[in-house]
Amino acid sequence: MALDRATIAALARHLDDCVREVRDTEKLTDRHPEMDWADAYAIQDAWRALATAQGARVVGFKAGLTSVAKIRQMGVDSPVFGFLLDRFAIPEGGEVAASSLIHPRIEPEIAFVLKRKLEGPGVHVGAVLAATEFVIPAIEVIDSRYRDFKFDLKSVVADNTSAARFALGGQPRAVAGLDLRTLGVVLSVNGEGRAFGAGAAVLGHPAAAVAALANHLAAREEALPEGSVVLSGGVTEALAVRAGDSVLLEVQSLGVVGFRLAA
Amino acid sequence: MSLTEDTIDRLGAELDAAWREARPVAPLTERYPEITLVEAYAVQKQLLARRRAEGARVVGKKIGVTSRAVMDMLKVGEPDFGVLLDNMACRDGETIEHRRLIAPRAEGEIAFVLKRALRGPGITAAMVLAATDFVMPCFEIVDSRITDWRIKIQDTVADNASSALFVLGDRAVRPDAVDLRTVGMVLEQNGEVVATGAGAAALGSPLNAVAWLANRLASFGEALEAGEVILSGSLAAMVPAKAGDSFRVSLGGIGSAAIRFV
Repeated sequence: MALDRATIAALARHLDDCVREVRDTEKLTDRHPEMDWADAYAIQDAWRALATAQGARVVGFKAGLTSVAKIRQMGVDSPVFGFLLDRFAIPEGGEVAASSLIHPRIEPEIAFVLKRKLEGPGVHVGAVLAATEFVIPAIEVIDSRYRDFKFDLKSVVADNTSAARFALGGQPRAVAGLDLRTLGVVLSVNGEGRAFGAGAAVLGHPAAAVAALANHLAAREEALPEGSVVLSGGVTEALAVRAGDSVLLEVQSLGVVGFRLAA
Repeated sequence: MSLTEDTIDRLGAELDAAWREARPVAPLTERYPEITLVEAYAVQKQLLARRRAEGARVVGKKIGVTSRAVMDMLKVGEPDFGVLLDNMACRDGETIEHRRLIAPRAEGEIAFVLKRALRGPGITAAMVLAATDFVMPCFEIVDSRITDWRIKIQDTVADNASSALFVLGDRAVRPDAVDLRTVGMVLEQNGEVVATGAGAAALGSPLNAVAWLANRLASFGEALEAGEVILSGSLAAMVPAKAGDSFRVSLGGIGSAAIRFV
């Protein structure tokens, strides 16, 4: 840890202010180049504590940086993780106000909902599948608090991996009988198919991202609670969206989920 | 017509030789900037006539330029097509000599096998579904007989839509057993995922691509015949293949196919 406790708390409050005031900021490492990985997660943790102290509830977690090519390109050896609050949830078929977001982008994902607590270390794909109640299509809205989405990984971890909103919906299914690797996804904006992919784009298998998350939490003496939602990572590149856009995700065998961005 | 019949015939012969000798030629569009799409298809026809005279048999068709990204790159508003010959078919798992080809690239797609002919115009996606016996996982190995893939749409059309080889996979699935729009495609190179996609990447659905071809062929007085294999278009960006590479394509609910280069 390179930053002191007071700085960490102040940076968490700063990011929380940016969300509330819908404004961007310079990336944290610009002002604190010495910030290390432990600091980055400490800022995220302080932010989580701040949110829960204000009455928010943690409903799950998310994985980011889950493409093998991107991980290699960034020179790291694992994805990054963030938390999901109850207020991030967009009702299926509902609306989210574009004015409540800075510069939103959407990613198609496969969400896992757990029927049992999942506790690392040593969690593998099989353990994740055994603990999964169902998988369901998810559109994640990411909204980096950093100017022009320009950041380094430590800054993005502190910024709760750009987490902002998510919509779950479609046909929940038990994982038995589903091949999550070859499950196709089609993400459309205003009726036009814009991004196409399959589950294997996420670490070779979306459950691998959930396993990595459980093992990451274990190193911090935490576990994924029963009933948690886990967003396993973007299957395609993120698409920028704006007020008036209507977005729809179709996932093979899992139906569709969508929402609108209201002005 | 801006090109004479003689020129069209000669270009067909040139591309046929380039194919046989795996030796690329300069872009047609650099030598004949006025070449039209209709003339490019006429060159393709000459090229195919030569192959058939050498004993090759037509086994199907392929559809190319089915993604928005490739259409934008080639500045066109519709796909193109080529003809599949029996000597282009490889066995699932076959080892291919890289030096037989020029600059091969691998594409994962869905192959249709027809039980009835589809004769346009007026063919709809529903009619394609009704005429399809089964769909199969498929690898298409494309290659360009044009130097460094320096292609405009007329170049690739003349060159039989850059087709080279195709591999049908291990399973045949009834077309109503899968949602062809959301079928996922995973392409692995040497065990690593290098591309993923979904059926909708081909004109919104592979069914739309096959319907497009049936209707486009009608303008040439041709049809898709019963028993033909139709490659419905790549579901992700092409991946260059080098000697030593092994590739596997998996399609959700359909199956997989593999090929190796030495």
